[in-house]
Amino acid sequence: MSSSQPGALMGFVHRRRRGAELFLLVLALTVGIGAYAAVGLGVEGVVPADILGYGGGLAALIIGAHVVVRFVAPYADPVLLPVVAALNGLGLAVIRRLDLADGTTFAQQQLTWMTVGVVLFAVTLLVLRDHRVLSRFTYTAGLGAILLLLGPLVPGLGYEVNGAQIWVRLGPFGLQPGEVAKVLLVVAFSGYLVVHRDALALAGRRLLFVDLPRGRDLGPILAMWAVSLGILVFQRDLGSSLLFFGLFLVMLYVATERPGWLVVGSALFFGGAAVAYKLFGHVQNRVNIWLDPLAYFDESPGSGQLVEGLFGMAWGGLIGRGLGQGSPERVPYAESDFIIGAIGEELGLTGVLAVILLYGLIVERALRSAVVSRDAFGKLMATGLAGVLALQVFVVIGGVTRLIPLTGLTTPFLSYGGSSLVANWVIIALLLRISDQARRPVPDLSATDESPDEEATQVVKIPR
Amino acid sequence: MNKPIRTISVFCLILFVALMANATYLQFFNASNLDEDPRNRRVIEAAYSVERGAILVGRDAVAESEPVDDKYEYLRTYPMPLMYSHLTGYFSFFSQTGVEQSMNPVLSGEDDRLFVRQLVDLLSNKSDAGGNVQLTIDAGAQQAAYDGLSALGGNVRGSVVAVEPATGKILAAVSLPTYDPNNLASHDLTSVSRTYDDLAARDDEPLLNRSIQQTLPPGSTFKLVTAAAAIESGAYTADDQVPGGASYQLPETVGDTGLIDNEGRDCGTTTIPFEQAMEQSCNTTFAALAVEVGAEAMLEQAEAFGFNQRYLEDWGPQAVSVFPEDANAPETGQTGIGQFEVRATPLQMAMVAAGIANDGVVKRPYVVDEIQSAEYDVLEQTEDDDFSRAVSSETAEDLTQLMVATVDNGTASPAAIPGIAVAGKTGTAQSGQDDVPPYAWFTSFAPAENPEVAVAVMIESADIPRGEIAGGQLGGPIAKAVMEAVINQ
Repeated sequence: MSSSQPGALMGFVHRRRRGAELFLLVLALTVGIGAYAAVGLGVEGVVPADILGYGGGLAALIIGAHVVVRFVAPYADPVLLPVVAALNGLGLAVIRRLDLADGTTFAQQQLTWMTVGVVLFAVTLLVLRDHRVLSRFTYTAGLGAILLLLGPLVPGLGYEVNGAQIWVRLGPFGLQPGEVAKVLLVVAFSGYLVVHRDALALAGRRLLFVDLPRGRDLGPILAMWAVSLGILVFQRDLGSSLLFFGLFLVMLYVATERPGWLVVGSALFFGGAAVAYKLFGHVQNRVNIWLDPLAYFDESPGSGQLVEGLFGMAWGGLIGRGLGQGSPERVPYAESDFIIGAIGEELGLTGVLAVILLYGLIVERALRSAVVSRDAFGKLMATGLAGVLALQVFVVIGGVTRLIPLTGLTTPFLSYGGSSLVANWVIIALLLRISDQARRPVPDLSATDESPDEEATQVVKIPR
Repeated sequence: MNKPIRTISVFCLILFVALMANATYLQFFNASNLDEDPRNRRVIEAAYSVERGAILVGRDAVAESEPVDDKYEYLRTYPMPLMYSHLTGYFSFFSQTGVEQSMNPVLSGEDDRLFVRQLVDLLSNKSDAGGNVQLTIDAGAQQAAYDGLSALGGNVRGSVVAVEPATGKILAAVSLPTYDPNNLASHDLTSVSRTYDDLAARDDEPLLNRSIQQTLPPGSTFKLVTAAAAIESGAYTADDQVPGGASYQLPETVGDTGLIDNEGRDCGTTTIPFEQAMEQSCNTTFAALAVEVGAEAMLEQAEAFGFNQRYLEDWGPQAVSVFPEDANAPETGQTGIGQFEVRATPLQMAMVAAGIANDGVVKRPYVVDEIQSAEYDVLEQTEDDDFSRAVSSETAEDLTQLMVATVDNGTASPAAIPGIAVAGKTGTAQSGQDDVPPYAWFTSFAPAENPEVAVAVMIESADIPRGEIAGGQLGGPIAKAVMEAVINQ
């Protein structure tokens, strides 16, 4: 690992800042529990009777996560967990609000899934004391990801929801394997690229200002491209397709430091997308709706969901109608893909911008961990996890607000959906682990194999 | 690897800034466009589920919002639906009419005049209910008008309008056939659609507010306007002799088509007293007078009473009563007896009578007397407004004299009230179509010396043999009942 650490060389040591994390967590809990109370007030006119139980449960989960971090990852970034707690709490409140309108019980299940997520978060931190261990599982993870992605296509196992074949049935549970696969893919890509980055970066020919890689190095890229297009074609899932391929490009670029990959990759993606547009009606349909949603309002498949979401967000305006005061239940699947529409309607532009900023904070803290990380594997993984979050947020919020064509993806931590929530909690655990390793003081290098001359300088530089 | 990570950071920053810029455009700059889209049900439902203010007649609500236990929270109800349907209009999920529509900002609570009150309510944590609207309607007069018109039979189509001459307040306004606005305000939206489609498809047009939305030839009641023009011209007073005779050949015409007669009433020979001409509703006299004063003076006089103009500001939409422009001499002769292209709403003919009753000054008619807060505090009282001076005070006196004579000795006698001087005029207008019976009109005011009420009655059709249709016989008793209801309070 050749990347240098100026901070470490100068003897700078990150503070643990666990107290700050606890303070921020209290703020985050205030958001979550306050929103839950506001939902009860807005919809039923009273603070929910179970506010203490609910608040206590939520606080126990979050504080439990904090305690685990305090003990096993004391130097981890102090902002990530509070931001995630705030988003998760807000999501629960909004799902609860939609439950009250629709008579569903998604919030209850989501709380269960959150518990599973937090437990897995803790388990990840407890078991995985050094993220580099994961590099041993490069190909296992890659194989696992491919199996998960193929799962929905297996007859009898996979099934279709809203035209996208992205679900598998596991006993009583429906699982969206794509959400789990994205974590495995980040691990697999990181492990693969750490080993092959030099070959990918240095070998090859230069053609028209672009350094093209050797043919055999192109293999994994073409394979990933094929997988992405396969998802697009066979599972009709534009969002995941864009997400996985974009993730791969970002990691490839970071690993090789060659912008040429972005050019090649983007060309491949847009070329594939253009062909898909020509060939597949559902892709054309999505694009047409994106260009003029109001024209397809009454058609089927039409833009009813998108336009209702847009109407809701416009109706919300700057400050929103207030929790419980709008009609976000008019939007189909408001609790999952369109939850940002519900937030836009009831919490307004203010709420939407706050949520986007929170996501921005997660991505920023993750990339910061990548920058200060001392090992290439950690850098790649942190960048990959940040990239996958950023892309997912962009694709889903951009789709719902008609910045880009609508594709089905969950909004991390907010949307109803067990697979997504659990996977994202694990992502945060991995990021905390990487940042803990990165911010931890450099281990005392006055080891035995150093020369005595250098040892003397090391002693002088013992921090504080 | 840190350089590409920083590049990726910038790329992510661009993504998030794009998201925020787009959200700002959507929810701030483009929001009003989306809110105005007719397919945006949120905006409609929001208006639909507020506690609207009441529409009041006297101390009783004729439209009010009642809390109900469904998702719209309040149901609009009309306690006296059939009698007040065309005044209140209806408030349905899909559309609104009448005062529900014209006063919607007040009723729904969006009007600026309610703002301060609502701010106080907000601070004191009261509900943000809409304001109330107090109508000018006199409950007794409205009841008399409704009963009188309904008494003509189940299939009657017609209207009664009563106006307070000194202010322009509309005291009664009935239009038949009527409908039940409760059925259109229902929260069962499929039933509302079906009811609306049924009502809209009916030949007798129950949704049409005949008081202000339908113009018909006013027939002989328009002779008041002709007489006004003749007296204003200075050539005649009420005591003068006017042209008479059994028949009158319109200028520039030859033969029967241009020949006007009096359907057997006694209209003398060459000249007769003005009073007799009015009493007997002499077509020959008024056709001649109209030709004499000319098309220009007739048009001016008609417009001074409100023809060819919009004047209703708080109730609508209003059909404009028509007096033809650029009529030639024979056409002008026909306009003098309320035929040719002359068309008037019942409200317009009530305004003619009211203008004469109010010393020649026509007041702007209005139906909303007060705007009140949800707590019934008066926020604004409508001020009466001079619409125009139709005739001089002397002319108004002469016309009153002619109209009183018409009730005392002539065709308008069914409207006579013992002990009170009543001024009136009948009309039986040819519909112009063979299969459509004539329209019966009656307009009057009382007491003649100090008028409290002016009335117009219009019967478009009823289950009555064609030969018996006459303004005096059908309209007179209704007008009398309405006038009595106002005077005897």
